[in-house]
Amino acid sequence: MKYSIFSLARAALSGHKNWQRTWRDATPKDHYDVVIIGGGGHGLATAWFLASEYGIKNVAVLEKGWIGSGNAGRNTTIIRSNYGLPGNTGFYELSMKLWERMEQDLNYNAMVSQRGVVNLYHSDAQRDAYARRGNTMRINGIDAELLDLTAVKKMMPFLNFDNARFPVQGGLLQRRGGTARHDAVVWGYAHAASALGVDIIQNCEVTGFVRDANGKVTGVETSRGKIGAGKVGMAVAGSSSRVAAMAGLRLPIESHVLQAFVSEAIKPLLPNVMTFGAGHFYVSQSDKGGLVFGGDIDGYNSYAQRGNMPVMEDVCEGGMALMPMIGRVRLLRQWGGIMDMSMDGSPIIDKSPVDGLYLNAGWCYGGFKATPGSGFVFAHLLARDTPHEEAAKFRLDRFRRGAMIDEKGQGAQPNLH
Amino acid sequence: MRIVCPFCGERELGEFTYLGDAKPVRPVAGASEDEVFDYVYLRDNVAGATSEYWYHGGGCRAWLKVARNTLTHEISSVEPALGAGAARVGA
Amino acid sequence: MAGAQTHRLDKGGLIDRSASLNFRFDGKTFSGFQGDTLASALIANGVKLVGRSFKYHRPRGILTSGSEEPNALVELRTGARREPNTKATTAELYEGLEAASQNRWPSLRHDVMSVNQLFAPIFVAGFYYKTFMWPAKFWEAIYEPAIRRAAGLGRAAGVADPDHYDKAWAHCDVLIAGSGPAGLAAALAAGRSGARVILCEEDFTLGGRLLSDGGTIDGLPVAEWLSRTLAELAAMPDVRIMTRTTLFGVYDGGTYGAIERVNDHLPSPPEHQVRQRLWRIVARRCVVAAGALERPIVFAGNDTPGVMMASAMRTYIARYAAAPAKRIALFTNNEDGWRTVEAALGAGLQIAAVIDARPDVSAAYRSLASKGGFPVLHGSVSGVEGGKDGVRKIAVSLTGGARAEVEADGLAVSGGWNPAVGLTSYHRGRPKWRDDIAAFVPDGAPPGMVAAGAANGDFGLGACLSQGFAAGAAAAHDAGHNGKAGTAPVADDEAFSLTPLWHVAGKGKAFVDYQHDVTASDIELAQREGFESVEHLKRYTTLGMATDQGKTSNVAGLAIMAAVSGRSIPETGTTIYRPPYVPVAIGAFAGHHRDETFHATRLTPSHHWAAEQGAVFVDTGLWKRAQWYPRAGEKDWLESVTREVKAVRGGVGFCDVSTLGKIDVHGRDAGAFLDRVYINTFSNLAVGKARYGLMLREDGIVYDDGTTSRLAEDHYFLTTTTAKAGLVMQHLEFCRQVLFPELDVQLTSVSDQWAQFSIAGPKTRDLLKEIVDPAEDLSNEGFPFMGAREVALRGGIKARLFRISFSGEMAFEISVPARFGDAMARNLMLAGAPFGVTPYGTEALGVMRVEKGHVAGPELNGTTTAADLGLGKMMSTKKDYIGRVMAGREALVAPDRQVVVGIKPTDKARRLRSGAHIIPKGQIPGPGNDQGYVTSVCFSPTLDQWIGLGLVERGRERIGEVVHAHDPLRGEDYDVELCNPVFYDPDGGRQRG
Repeated sequence: MKYSIFSLARAALSGHKNWQRTWRDATPKDHYDVVIIGGGGHGLATAWFLASEYGIKNVAVLEKGWIGSGNAGRNTTIIRSNYGLPGNTGFYELSMKLWERMEQDLNYNAMVSQRGVVNLYHSDAQRDAYARRGNTMRINGIDAELLDLTAVKKMMPFLNFDNARFPVQGGLLQRRGGTARHDAVVWGYAHAASALGVDIIQNCEVTGFVRDANGKVTGVETSRGKIGAGKVGMAVAGSSSRVAAMAGLRLPIESHVLQAFVSEAIKPLLPNVMTFGAGHFYVSQSDKGGLVFGGDIDGYNSYAQRGNMPVMEDVCEGGMALMPMIGRVRLLRQWGGIMDMSMDGSPIIDKSPVDGLYLNAGWCYGGFKATPGSGFVFAHLLARDTPHEEAAKFRLDRFRRGAMIDEKGQGAQPNLH
Repeated sequence: MRIVCPFCGERELGEFTYLGDAKPVRPVAGASEDEVFDYVYLRDNVAGATSEYWYHGGGCRAWLKVARNTLTHEISSVEPALGAGAARVGA
Repeated sequence: MAGAQTHRLDKGGLIDRSASLNFRFDGKTFSGFQGDTLASALIANGVKLVGRSFKYHRPRGILTSGSEEPNALVELRTGARREPNTKATTAELYEGLEAASQNRWPSLRHDVMSVNQLFAPIFVAGFYYKTFMWPAKFWEAIYEPAIRRAAGLGRAAGVADPDHYDKAWAHCDVLIAGSGPAGLAAALAAGRSGARVILCEEDFTLGGRLLSDGGTIDGLPVAEWLSRTLAELAAMPDVRIMTRTTLFGVYDGGTYGAIERVNDHLPSPPEHQVRQRLWRIVARRCVVAAGALERPIVFAGNDTPGVMMASAMRTYIARYAAAPAKRIALFTNNEDGWRTVEAALGAGLQIAAVIDARPDVSAAYRSLASKGGFPVLHGSVSGVEGGKDGVRKIAVSLTGGARAEVEADGLAVSGGWNPAVGLTSYHRGRPKWRDDIAAFVPDGAPPGMVAAGAANGDFGLGACLSQGFAAGAAAAHDAGHNGKAGTAPVADDEAFSLTPLWHVAGKGKAFVDYQHDVTASDIELAQREGFESVEHLKRYTTLGMATDQGKTSNVAGLAIMAAVSGRSIPETGTTIYRPPYVPVAIGAFAGHHRDETFHATRLTPSHHWAAEQGAVFVDTGLWKRAQWYPRAGEKDWLESVTREVKAVRGGVGFCDVSTLGKIDVHGRDAGAFLDRVYINTFSNLAVGKARYGLMLREDGIVYDDGTTSRLAEDHYFLTTTTAKAGLVMQHLEFCRQVLFPELDVQLTSVSDQWAQFSIAGPKTRDLLKEIVDPAEDLSNEGFPFMGAREVALRGGIKARLFRISFSGEMAFEISVPARFGDAMARNLMLAGAPFGVTPYGTEALGVMRVEKGHVAGPELNGTTTAADLGLGKMMSTKKDYIGRVMAGREALVAPDRQVVVGIKPTDKARRLRSGAHIIPKGQIPGPGNDQGYVTSVCFSPTLDQWIGLGLVERGRERIGEVVHAHDPLRGEDYDVELCNPVFYDPDGGRQRG
């Protein structure tokens, strides 16, 4: 049934008894052209683009739990394309353009809200770095504006301009940046992909790879039996090393915990997405009213999906330094996700050294905003066997060649990216 | 998390800085690009028991080798990391 | 004048009737007593309607008496102290309290948004995912703003929080959460054993359910036992009891988070006191005696004001002497609910009927019913008639199919009890199902933690006492304390029989999650659409995501999901439990880290002197550094900086450079060590000489630079950049301890021990002669360029003197013990007066470094190689060093890399800006021809124009080429010439002279 206000109104008359499942509950077939491991945003988007753009519909998405149970379901919902280095700039803009048409493509309201993203700066050096980045964006046809202090005051009069330790001097604004409802992105892709014939199989954990005599991957072993595949794509950020290890691969990736927080719902307070430049704090306000915020990773390798107090305190200190009006707003919930932290802070989308196995990994903090773009270029790679031009720099061998894409300039130390 | 520094006693997480896996050993002088690449870039990234480097910067400035579980964060042993990453001829 | 407390009982309760308190709710004045919560005071005044729900704006009353309250949320206080979403059930009453209902307009009684109820047939779970998509632009412009305005609950103050928050650490052997019977018994046992005990109680009064439920312990009435026990605990010096303190989280290594509401019970904190304090408690063992929460039954109209949890009703009656209703009906599926009937009868209230879903009722309660003259109806409540003024009539479906009606103004509901499994589950543990109590109980806990009593699923008073006592004794024992714990307090266990009942089918909205307006039919819809996983259910319907985090709703919600999806409750499972147990003010997590005290401030040794000179300061990391020293009549910073530069280049100036990192490197192998961490060689540096060094990361990228001097055969003095001072120390310690343990070398950070000044300009030597002992030879021969040694100053102080130059002038850097830094600055001014000495700040320092083509932070950006910086020749080929091998990778030695080059506008009047990009002349800017960018700029007084450095593709091969500086952000486009980065004295004659 097509979703619209009219179908809703009709359904209301029958007490909403006629709605169908948002996606089909599929049982695994023996063989698929493409099997995608990971029913998160990236895996489901990949399946949808395979079916809709490349006509490959004999596709399964395997999810060990419930779809969206990984980082797609525990992020801070920010979308933006304000990257400064070749490789990232074009890719994230491709993703942004796909965000802009997602809801109409999928017939699902993912609440894509282009409310603007402001990165605040507090020093001349930071301003210069943002100027460099903003100019890169503009040269790539992406919207960017450098705000001075007056403009920031006008846009966000509630910041601490009076007695801040590191006074705000201005900001880099991307008006097209914003937020999207993370779970709805997952459900929207599942809904649309399923309608095109993609099998979405939940509670199906991959336990190993099936290889032929030449070592080529020809399928996967799962908790629901063996499933054959022409090609296998991995989109399991957070667990990339664990899954790759089943194929004998070691990756330039570490798993780290990133915490996020939400406050009690309050009436609208923040108009946009904001990052503090003198501490670890970024924030937006959800449509439901909660302040959704986060900061730095805890800094140690972890698969525990929970963090510790020092980072929670650090993040709230940043929040209070920037906006002392949130002091009496209460923190409601704290959670943690596993980040695939790569060695240069940028993702990997490439064929793996193992024939038949394709990688989509290393998203660091960029995973959610990359969702549609990642699905698009990964589908291209799986369909055509060559990288999409906007993902051509995300090759696995870039580390070996020395062609890192290191926005933060921190080198091979993942916890600093 | 709390780490029992062998020199200072049990201290809070905030006093320490994490570096990473303590398993790789620095290749000897003259090692190939491939060997050094492996050392610098590739990780086992184990879900479970690992040993890793922590720096007690808020205390005695010792580098420590900490046996910790990445699934539970439980720490089973802490020792000085003296020479833990030193190149070993023939290694 | 406050009205009469129409619903206050004549006697009883733990309130102080001699302390009457006036308060205002929605502008109307009421009175209550000391010991009331806002909720109990409202009840005592007969107020039933206190709030509106999130989505449908349904009228809501008070449901509970604790921190699990979903309905009775208010804006407490006014102005800058306004606290949205405050639970009336935990807010202590104080004189002058002001509270307002939320999420309604124009008033609570007449809320325009309650029109939403008309659209309820459309506003089902997840309806917004199916609509508001067309046209795309309308989302940001129309739909979303409307949704945002309608959503949210209370209003934040919108201005800075005027109160202070504190953070503190505490350590103990045994930490106890909760002061009910289990918690107090645990404290007794642990305390008597000799353990250091901390007991946290979120209420302002100790006792937990003992305060409401009565009974007998050790043969004494509970009140008497309670005061005896509290006296015994108070007499134990190592037992610390913290009221108004909620244990909200458990973290690794036995670290717990707790929030103490120090002064929330007062209108505002007394002067110099904090509002709240965040505790980080390190405990060897923890006993969770956090009790259990009574759960509602889902039936049509169950959100009508006047419907209340049975246990809450008896708390209001027994503890607060406030009657939620005068004619009460009870709907229960278990024995415990009946205790509310006993309490109500004891207080002289009328019982309309008991609706019991169980087939049998105990003989004792049967006789209570006949004595009390009220009927016992076997069946369920199927509907409630009433509205914003409360319950009027209750519809009952009797077992067997008949219907009945009960007239009452209050309905107590008991669906059983859920142990508070939050704390035990915060390490992602999942609780297990226990059939006998139809509830989830802890299944294991984080290391060192154990649950006792009701929190463990054992509800009887006797069981709570004995389990708590045993847990306290065991915890003390585990922590190494074996004193005599004595015997456990004894009490009988009340009977507890329960027939699970989650949802009564009926006409009308039946609420599961009150605050988020999630109904039983929403759950059925979610199941129909495939959102069967509890996590999908939660996310699709928002069940359990409100400020109460589903404390009263989660279990009922998943029980209904289990029923409609044909699974058992344990198969359906729970969502992940996440801290904090109760919402905690963000300000408390920040503590004093806000405003000017957000981060520490580091002052240079000459800071106070510089401030006296009127210096303008700039933040450099944590440091405040003098940026320039304005003089009267100078119109802007540029004029001041230009004067300072000219003064140095033409005479002499000085600048505090103490912020550089400084490391003493001692030992027989100090030289060999430096050879391994720098790309160039230091083992062959002569004693008494300094050398510029560059270090790489192991991945071959430049890490840091600085000058290192050899002061003795086995002693080097290494400097780092200001930004990397701590990190380089950490890196070098790693190299020394982990990688090169065979080397005899020791590192000592001496950054804070030395005040260091750069003295520069052609008259430097003249000035130094006034400072340094005349016996020291400062001539070009006696102290040549790159010389370094200890010297005596006039007056005998020892200093370190280095003939190094960042400015390109004849220059020295001088180090004195930090305590002499201020005196040194004053001395330089005095001694330099005849030579026109000029203090200069970081801006002039930066101008001279750009003129001289020295690279700094903007060029050492973590992606550049030594060769990119023009320093490739320094890379020794004769030794191994950190980063050597990786620096040789193909893309890092590619010929088309962006390298440092000088840049100047062809129009000398043009201002150059950092961040402008370099595009070949005549081309339209695009990703394909973006060849680099301007990294650093300055106005050069020496060249009388703006100049800069940049990273430009093949830049060094293109000296003399005119290209475009493209700066669309600032709307600028102009021609610049690529040039030699050393703009000033390229031969270096001045610094050597």
